Amino acid sequence: MELIYIIIIPAVLAGLSLIPAHKKFASIVTILGTLVIFILSLNIAFRAADGMEVVAIKDWISCDSLGALVLLLVAFIGFTAAMISIGYIEKNVEEKNHKKIRHYYAQYNLFLLSMLTVPIISQVALVWIAVELTTLMSVFLVSFKNTPEALEASWKYIVLTCMGAAFALLGIFILCWGISISGNEKFTWAGLIVASTNIPPVLLKTAFVFVLIGFGAKVGLVPLHTWLPDAHSQAPSPVCALLSGIETTTVLYVILRLLPVLRIHPSIGAEMWLIVFGLISVGVAAFLIIQVKDYKRLFAFSTIEHMGIIMVAAGLGDYASHYGATLQIISHAITKSFCFFASGIALLFVGRQDIASVRGLIRTSPIAAIALIIGGLAIAGAPPFAIFLSEIMIIKSGLVNGQYIVTGFLAFFIIIAFCGILFPINRMVFGKPTEYSGKTNLSVTNIFVLIFAALPVILLGFYLPRPLHELLCHAAASLGR
Amino acid sequence: MQDYNVVFSVLTKINALAGGLFILTAFGIIAMRQVLASLNMFIFQSILLAASAFVLGYQHSSIHLFVVVGITIVIKTILIPYLLRRIISKEVYARREISQVLNIPTSLLIAVALVIFAYFISSPLSNVTNDIFVKLNLPIGLAGLFLGGYVVIVRREAVPQVIGILSMENGAFFTGISIAPDLPLIAELTAAFDVLIIALVMGILTRRIHERVGTTEVGKLTSLREE
Repeated sequence: MELIYIIIIPAVLAGLSLIPAHKKFASIVTILGTLVIFILSLNIAFRAADGMEVVAIKDWISCDSLGALVLLLVAFIGFTAAMISIGYIEKNVEEKNHKKIRHYYAQYNLFLLSMLTVPIISQVALVWIAVELTTLMSVFLVSFKNTPEALEASWKYIVLTCMGAAFALLGIFILCWGISISGNEKFTWAGLIVASTNIPPVLLKTAFVFVLIGFGAKVGLVPLHTWLPDAHSQAPSPVCALLSGIETTTVLYVILRLLPVLRIHPSIGAEMWLIVFGLISVGVAAFLIIQVKDYKRLFAFSTIEHMGIIMVAAGLGDYASHYGATLQIISHAITKSFCFFASGIALLFVGRQDIASVRGLIRTSPIAAIALIIGGLAIAGAPPFAIFLSEIMIIKSGLVNGQYIVTGFLAFFIIIAFCGILFPINRMVFGKPTEYSGKTNLSVTNIFVLIFAALPVILLGFYLPRPLHELLCHAAASLGR
Repeated sequence: MQDYNVVFSVLTKINALAGGLFILTAFGIIAMRQVLASLNMFIFQSILLAASAFVLGYQHSSIHLFVVVGITIVIKTILIPYLLRRIISKEVYARREISQVLNIPTSLLIAVALVIFAYFISSPLSNVTNDIFVKLNLPIGLAGLFLGGYVVIVRREAVPQVIGILSMENGAFFTGISIAPDLPLIAELTAAFDVLIIALVMGILTRRIHERVGTTEVGKLTSLREE
């Protein structure tokens, strides 16, 4: 039943946000609503951690361990990003333009709704629609600032992802064809796994390639990644946190869902596709990170890198690497959203987005500087943060599997990206401070949210709660067969 | 039995005609310089999609496909053209697109290559079945998908890019109606609705770009890139 509430609440919130009441009404309603969603999804995650599948409507709305993992992440980041919006959006619109703020929150809730539905719908055709809606609901959030750059970014975003979605649609149709050839299974994720032995391998392979290319455009796989740094740097920072932290993850979840279906026919070589695409993405992103001049783009390229790492981990193909992949999913989502909160705070303070214009932030705004340092270290994969653990886990399982070349390249690219992220951050934080004109002071809510969002980033490196560990174990097992 | 065979052969011929014209309209969208002409080509293509869905619906006696016929006609030939004309100013439609990335003869040659590629990809797939409709619709739909994608890449104006994306969806559906006629009805309905939202969102975005930047040549927007 909670699953149905999770769908209904954001829809109601979107309606409530449009009510022209007090100027803080929309933001407070959104924060309370997303808090409720977060608590509900915690509850679902606890039940999924026991290995149960939470079912609301059989064959339509249900959620297993992998879905619960993504659901929990969407709910958590949806909640924190709603809190950081309160001090951020008001400062980014003209005075007295309350209508624009209300529209922001309405779209925010619709975007959240579309992302929440992806992991809990079990009908594959409807999942495609939910993924497509995540694009359509977020386009105007990307172009929120209404500058020529923001409009350009959102145009590239919608054109490339809609092209990808059309390719993925054909892949979904082919899967449906396979199901109808093989017998009377329902067109759900579970039905696909049952039917996969009877589906001709050529259909599965073609469908997988189409879905991989189509949804890969949305994940940011390399030949199709060009929209990602633009959109993820032009949107307002809370939206960047949603886009970079979880929108990519929810779409990647759909690709990973096909993995157990394909494993029955080793001749398809789905793992090889994932490893090759993933490795290319990591490599290109690592070299693009080095020459980035804008600190939000820096984190956007790092998203491409991490999506590649997760795909390589999923492709390595044994339980240990799948566990590493799920841990990487959770640590990346939490850390990356924190990074965008931190860079959003820095942007509020400094007012400029290019790295060269920021120096010695630690003297002028210690809070933004510390947040940037923590975020940078955590996302680059420095110990003792969680990404370090998951990357070590993935590399170790690559070595155990005898994939020395893949692992070698992966480690090499990760190190390049590590340097590429930390040098600019170092230059922004330390050094001789520059003075900024028109700087804004940070509000109490900003600082509170930063601390709140930093807690899991720091804690996950030291301590993985037992239910979360079990959830990850089940999710990793469901990726295999 | 005799009657059945006659009906069947007539149906396959109608479907083949619709398929052939479908590819032709996809070429038309590439070749038309005027924005309005491209839009008309898209409308014609959607009617052909509906025609093929009607034939297949009759053949499989499937209610789903008749619903697809209905929503395709209503949404793709009436609502979407209406929306696009309503949202975007007249001046955009009257414009002739001077600068494409490639000139039109080259474009058409590449388009032919794409169609051959589509047949090449779909031949192992259509060996799976003996259904004559699948053997016809699968490569044509795939070609429609590729040609639509090609339109998006070579066109610089915003509206032709929107039309390219919509014709990609048409191509995917042209295949889909033959290979997956028993998709859940709710999925068909929401997918059609989804296409409508794509047109709406992209239309509004085009208008905003027109207001803010003063042009709809989105291909010229290149301020965001790595140095």
